[in-house]
Amino acid sequence: MAVSIEHYLVLSAILFLIGAYGVITRKNIIIVLMSLELMLNAANLTFVAFSRALDDMTGHVFMIMSLTVAAAEVAVGLALVVSVYRHKETLNIDVLKLLKG
Amino acid sequence: MVFYVFAALAVAGAIVVIAHSNPVYSAVSLVLTLFSTAVLFILLHADFVAVIQVLVYAGAIMILFIFTVMFLNLRPESFKFDSKYMYFKVSVFFVLLLLVGYFASIGFRMGLKINYAGEPPDFGSAEGVGTVLFTDYLLPFELTSVLIVAAIIGVVAIAKKREG
Repeated sequence: MAVSIEHYLVLSAILFLIGAYGVITRKNIIIVLMSLELMLNAANLTFVAFSRALDDMTGHVFMIMSLTVAAAEVAVGLALVVSVYRHKETLNIDVLKLLKG
Repeated sequence: MVFYVFAALAVAGAIVVIAHSNPVYSAVSLVLTLFSTAVLFILLHADFVAVIQVLVYAGAIMILFIFTVMFLNLRPESFKFDSKYMYFKVSVFFVLLLLVGYFASIGFRMGLKINYAGEPPDFGSAEGVGTVLFTDYLLPFELTSVLIVAAIIGVVAIAKKREG
């Protein structure tokens, strides 16, 4: 029952793609942010798995960095969400097209 | 065996996150996914990182999400695909699929084996991670604090109620 590094890589790819699908298909900004968290989490899993396979703790350090960036990103993103909701009374990303994006 | 159970839990939680119409349920199942990932970190002998994962992700970030959902008092959205940007979005998804497959194939070809017998005794402990973090990666660590200060100032500036 030896679980190899490839198992973790496949799981990480699956989680990343589920997150990407969520970012692409959902219309609620909050769900999009959650899916982004899923993608970052999958990347973290890859870092830690390679770190274990190479017996090198650098991956752990990078995972902590990525975690910090994710936390900062969520804080700023949710502040933007609150601000947008105050102005527009909606979180549907198809309605929010002031910048013609 | 533990790996398969928690990998299945993580995938199930992730699917509920993107498939459920109620944002509160999505947030709770995101906690399930992140917690299962923390268990997988413990399986990878990354104890400190697993603790950090539970504290920061399942603690701080999820509280932020649930607080925002409650604060905005959202109704569940009707979940259907929108047709307007769908072609562009689907093509982006398939490009991502290709990229992930490419990088996964690189990982496979590296042929790495997990060394079950002997890793360093402090591998993944707070001491070991701290030693690496505060010697080789001291400058990035300090820059992280600058990032957090910038994020705090930005959040206060964005979310503040405009006067008048």
